[in-house]
Amino acid sequence: MSNIIVWVIWIVAAFACIASAVGVVTFSNPFYSALALIGNLSALAVLYLLLGGEFVAAGQVLVYGGAVMVMFLFVIAYLGDKTDEAPWAGGPSWQIVGAVLAAAAVGTEVIFAIASNSSSSLQHSPSIARSFGSPEQIGRLFLTDHLIAFEVTSIVLLVAAVGGVVLGSHARITDDDARA
Amino acid sequence: MTMHGPDITWYLALSGMMFTIGAIGVLVRRSPLIILLSVEIMLNGANLALIAFSRHFGHADGQVFAIAVMAVAASEVVVGLGLIVAMGRRNIELDVDKMRTLRG
Repeated sequence: MSNIIVWVIWIVAAFACIASAVGVVTFSNPFYSALALIGNLSALAVLYLLLGGEFVAAGQVLVYGGAVMVMFLFVIAYLGDKTDEAPWAGGPSWQIVGAVLAAAAVGTEVIFAIASNSSSSLQHSPSIARSFGSPEQIGRLFLTDHLIAFEVTSIVLLVAAVGGVVLGSHARITDDDARA
Repeated sequence: MTMHGPDITWYLALSGMMFTIGAIGVLVRRSPLIILLSVEIMLNGANLALIAFSRHFGHADGQVFAIAVMAVAASEVVVGLGLIVAMGRRNIELDVDKMRTLRG
């Protein structure tokens, strides 16, 4: 019984994922694209929950669906009418060719992944430890096995914060404009 | 906790589809805002694969890397949006095909 419920939840979340991702790419108004991406992130959080990643799912909703998307929406609102009728690629045809090639490559990967299931080597064990994906386990891994990744992440965030301040500072803009 | 849900193949297929849709968006759209959103979809497709493999092997390492990817994505958004706001402030048209000053 619980089996069927899991499948139903998975199918609904997966369709929501695909549909909202297509929406992000096809909407001409960036505001609707950003809203579709919020739906995409929420559907992904459901999938993460099904995979036992409670902490990552919570982080996804808080950091991505909350903070990052609010930043996106603020910028879209700030730019206002400049973002209207976001154009589709009409110029170089290599962009279209590249898109088709990328789609073909990833589609091939998907077919291989499904085909290799015939050996059933990709079936994961139905039961996992209760602590799997808990904040305690992830925090322990961050501070033991992946300490360098943790520190590098903090440096990346610091550099991004400095870059955001430099790009957004008014004084620098007016300085450059005065010189130009 | 026992659940016989979809196995990792289904998650990988979904992850591949999301990555493909994002890649098409990056290559075909010209608005830098939509390109950034499409990059987010690509990163999330990769994240889904990481977490599915983490569940498959029973190690939480994949989830640790997924969180690192989320941090990198947030940084990328900060710098990308900073560039877009700078473009908007200087009244440059928001079209990546028009940004050809650095082209050789």
